[in-house]
Amino acid sequence: MIPPSFGYSAPRTLPEALQLMVLHGDEAKIIAGGHSLLPMMKLRFAEPAHLIDINKIPELKGIREENGLIKIGAMTTENELIDSELLQQKVPLLPEVARLIADPQVRNRGTIGGDIAHGDPGNDHPAIAIALDAAFILTGPKGQRSVAAANFFLGTYMTDMQSDEILTSIHVKPFSSKTGSAYCKLKRKTGDFATAGSAVVLEMSGGFVTSARIALTNVAPTALEAKTAAAALVGNILTESTIKAAVDAVTTICDPAEDLRGDIEYKTAMAGEMTKRAIRIAASRCK
Amino acid sequence: MSKQLVSMTVNGKKVEKAVEPRTLLIHFLREEMNLTGAHIGCETSHCGACTVDVDGKSIKSCTHLAIQCDGSDVLTVEGLANKGTLHALQEAFYQEHGLQCGFCTPGMLMRAYRFLQDTPDPTEDQIRMGMSGNLCRCTGYQNIIKAVQSAAKKLRAQAEESVAA
Amino acid sequence: MNAPITESQISERQEALQGMGESRLRKEDARFVQGKGNYVDDIKLPGMLHMDIVRAPVAHARIKKINKESALAIPGVYAVLTADDLKPLKLHWMPTLAGDVQAVLADEKVHFQMQEVAVVIADDRYIAADAVEAVTVEYEELPAVVDPFKALEAGAPVLREDLAGKSEGAHGKRYHHNHIFTWDAGDKEKTDKAFASAQVTVKQDMFYPRVHPCPLETCGCVASFDPIRGELTTYMTSQAPHVVRTVVSLLSGIPESKVRIISPDIGGGFGNKVGVYPGYVCAIVASIVLGRPVKWIEDRIENISSTAFARDYHMAGELAATQDGKITGLRVNVIADHGAFDSCADPTKFPAGMFHIVSGSYDIPAAYCRVDGVYTNKAPGGVAYRCSFRVTEAVYLIERMVDVLAQKLNIDKAEIRRKNFIRKEQFPYTSPFGFEYDSGDYHTALDKVLKAVDYEGLRKEQAATRANPNSPTLMGIGLVSFTEVVGAGPSKMCDILGVGMFDSCEIRVHPTGSAIARMGTINQGQGHQTTYAQIIATELGLPSEVIQVEEGDTSTAPYGLGTYGSRSTPVAGAAVALASRKIHAKAKKIAAHLLEVSDNDLEWEIDRFKLKGDDAKFKTMKDIAWAAYHQPPAGMEPGLEAVHYYDPPNFTYPFGVYLCVVDIDKATGETKIRRFYALDDCGTRINPMIIEGQIHGGLTEGYAVAMAQQLTFDAQGNIQGNTLMDYFLPTAVEAPKWETDFTVTPSPHHPIGAKGVAESPHVGSIPTFTSAVVDAFAHLGVTHMNMPHTAYRVWQQLQESGVTA
Repeated sequence: MIPPSFGYSAPRTLPEALQLMVLHGDEAKIIAGGHSLLPMMKLRFAEPAHLIDINKIPELKGIREENGLIKIGAMTTENELIDSELLQQKVPLLPEVARLIADPQVRNRGTIGGDIAHGDPGNDHPAIAIALDAAFILTGPKGQRSVAAANFFLGTYMTDMQSDEILTSIHVKPFSSKTGSAYCKLKRKTGDFATAGSAVVLEMSGGFVTSARIALTNVAPTALEAKTAAAALVGNILTESTIKAAVDAVTTICDPAEDLRGDIEYKTAMAGEMTKRAIRIAASRCK
Repeated sequence: MSKQLVSMTVNGKKVEKAVEPRTLLIHFLREEMNLTGAHIGCETSHCGACTVDVDGKSIKSCTHLAIQCDGSDVLTVEGLANKGTLHALQEAFYQEHGLQCGFCTPGMLMRAYRFLQDTPDPTEDQIRMGMSGNLCRCTGYQNIIKAVQSAAKKLRAQAEESVAA
Repeated sequence: MNAPITESQISERQEALQGMGESRLRKEDARFVQGKGNYVDDIKLPGMLHMDIVRAPVAHARIKKINKESALAIPGVYAVLTADDLKPLKLHWMPTLAGDVQAVLADEKVHFQMQEVAVVIADDRYIAADAVEAVTVEYEELPAVVDPFKALEAGAPVLREDLAGKSEGAHGKRYHHNHIFTWDAGDKEKTDKAFASAQVTVKQDMFYPRVHPCPLETCGCVASFDPIRGELTTYMTSQAPHVVRTVVSLLSGIPESKVRIISPDIGGGFGNKVGVYPGYVCAIVASIVLGRPVKWIEDRIENISSTAFARDYHMAGELAATQDGKITGLRVNVIADHGAFDSCADPTKFPAGMFHIVSGSYDIPAAYCRVDGVYTNKAPGGVAYRCSFRVTEAVYLIERMVDVLAQKLNIDKAEIRRKNFIRKEQFPYTSPFGFEYDSGDYHTALDKVLKAVDYEGLRKEQAATRANPNSPTLMGIGLVSFTEVVGAGPSKMCDILGVGMFDSCEIRVHPTGSAIARMGTINQGQGHQTTYAQIIATELGLPSEVIQVEEGDTSTAPYGLGTYGSRSTPVAGAAVALASRKIHAKAKKIAAHLLEVSDNDLEWEIDRFKLKGDDAKFKTMKDIAWAAYHQPPAGMEPGLEAVHYYDPPNFTYPFGVYLCVVDIDKATGETKIRRFYALDDCGTRINPMIIEGQIHGGLTEGYAVAMAQQLTFDAQGNIQGNTLMDYFLPTAVEAPKWETDFTVTPSPHHPIGAKGVAESPHVGSIPTFTSAVVDAFAHLGVTHMNMPHTAYRVWQQLQESGVTA
């Protein structure tokens, strides 16, 4: 229940935060929403000597449209994603997934950036970001770089982010009028991690699927992009057999860990079922 | 680790104390401020018994550092009533039998308070979702939902009255 | 001549009392809605220190060395205590409620993961937490035993070396080093004969998983020994403060008159707060040794992992019957997994509690049950989680068996129950296990429920759903008609550590007509401050609003056995009524004196004694109260008070009929509770609003147990699912909507006819959910599915039964 002692800084600018990271090196951890880190510290699974609180840095907040991209500050909370009219109109998948994460209080603190940077295969935003073909903007002492979501997640709790970088922004393309999306998450109760989750983004024209991206939550050491499954849909009308082909391709790549949510067989089958449902719903949302 | 000064408003009163960075807001409120309404029911941020209102948002105070409240405005259940007059929610929980052992009640009230500010005319499903961060073992939630519905109605009526006035 | 009294005047006076039967609002709520409850962790005493516990990370091990130095070196740490420190006080082991002993701090050996190994005492809880981390312990791991069947095998590891050579336990012979007791009831010979000659027999193994009551407030205490007065005061989350006082006095040697246990507001008990935990003992010892108050509040993980679990019964049920479904025999064998120490909270003579209520609502001529208790490397227990002792297990067994028989004979589940019910005329009914059921009308209850839900319509709908291969769901209808036994209990049968299970009430009416009453029970949300006041209000004609009810302080409350197993209303509630009636009798004499008539000329009407035939000549209880202090009749003691210790002549037998409709998603295994209809009969209903709230709560806890709660262990004895991430407590989103109904069949032996109610919904709902889920698969030949009915487990059944979405 009680975290060990630590030092604490609350920088007001990004350069200040980056300097503190250099100063403290390995001993420091960034605290964003704190609802992954603080529980770990309370159970003493994590014992950083210093916390750098980035909640007071204005440039990490805000959602805006700029140069044909929707740019989301990494410290945007889940509730802010839900309430954003811009996202509801242009990237509705994000408010949809945010509603399925945790509970109302946690959503006031949990951030999209924290959810992504933690590298927890149970988190939902990684698969969403992959399905949206998002780009992550990482800022370090040497400047900024952009990493495609599909290349960012390397292993459980391992991402491409370097120890002197902060995830500052997430860029996604606004949906076209022909785009439909859905996230289907099977969970044991409200606030639970996914037993299996599937994010689907489709573009359709004249009844044919013109593009598709599918990504899976919590059925592998990282979020998984289901490339073959998506390819099975492209160029086709959505029939029971094309959807089945996609579902079969999804189950082939699943590599879940057995835990109290289910064994490998169940989780794999559920990844397939969630994909099936997400495809149908996404298709129904393509105008 | 050495203490740092934190300055915040709690239930309308300005407070300035030196705290260790690791001091959780729940302990700050319960031990430093003697506001024991917010309770501790778990250490994994699930139960919501510690819920308070910080800068206009429902926050689980067990997963928030006191030091993160520097400059913040904190409202706890002890600040809900207005000079001895119970808030509509407190009255509604009483009228609708929305509590039994009372342990989850302060958290429920503080969460419902903010929820109704954000969603003044909720459906039952919205209330259940809106309260899903607060666990109760005694009531089965059914009367809590009724209490929130009843308070919502009263608050809407009060709001309409003051608009008309 | 005065006008005769009108009906509206009568009902006005009735209403002013807010007595029995009224859904009056609760008197305790004012403090809870304002955050002014007084729970143990709210208590701060001057000079108070904090205690935290070092726990074993492994399930079975020898302790080689405990290193205290680093912890003691932390500024603000006062002491680190281990079993060695408790040995000179002979407190390193303590007796359990079940006749076993339990280690207070692990004595050279660890018996379960998370067992208490050492305690640290420090200035505040933050330093105490640091000190816990700083204590290092060297363990030599031993093979763990988590399967109670394997525990009874010939070469199984010895768990209880402290019991080496003891072939007799508290409950008789022990057959194996990991065997605790064998207990049986009924007539074995008669039952075996019934089975041997039966036309039909059915057998079903079923497991009632280990779960935990998990109240929202964890356990804790503030122990405060005053070295100057030699007095010990301990605030404690205890459902049985007087028993604790007696135990603490015996263990510590401090006279009971100098021990005070105070149970303040308690944030839910559900059986979790009945036993004496090592944390309490250590805090008390620490306070005595240091001469300062010591607070100990456990975390949630500690609560789930180390305080008493519930259930963990491996049951094998059998029914013998005629071809047309009349039950002729019941036979049950149980392996009871008690963990490392038998700290089961049962009346002494009943190591398997009231399991022998297992013949249920049915008229069964021959029955036998046997329970064998076993040690394993798990936390000790078990307790009655929102039930009377082992009644959840018994009701589950019989209700499942009746379904299994119905399925075998292709008889409708409602019909087979109707056929086998004890009939109304048969009450009081003596069961084959010797329980004398006080009253019941099962047929009426069943008919009422079936009509309310249109049972025939539901069965038709189910048939149509089964016939439709495109239906995305399976539909199931669950039905349970339970009788439970509560209100422990007659002292000739029921005692806790030798103290008879009576209960008590003391009432004192003040000169100006208000009153204070204290009982030996202690509520944890049940609303006693309101309901007891309502009983007194009706009995004495004083408004419940001015009747103060206090419980939980052993220095002021009369001795009682506490609140669990739904015993408050049946036992203390009776004491409340009878103490009231003593006052009522004295009041009548005073009234007669004041009116200058004889007692026989008076009759009681709501709030007054009046002269028979003359409404104008009366004395209210308020008038009488003043007179009692002002000028009592010659020869009569002043004052107006009474105390009553009630030794119940029998248990009480609440009953109910529950029906549940479920729809199971064929693709995911998720079960949606479409409808749950709960009819309860608890006899006289004191406060319908409070009853309904209790029913909602019990049904929700039952839903959690049946559908997703479980504590499992891996082969090394590591506990799994012991945080609220995995241990399923439903939120408002998962909690089903409940429909409640009732009938009233008073208990003939209870002074106000009341039976107790708050645990029935938990007891009855759990088998109802299993009944519904299994019913969804019944057409595919499935007769039973073990709990919990998680989506995962139901999905496995779907695969096994060849059901595709």
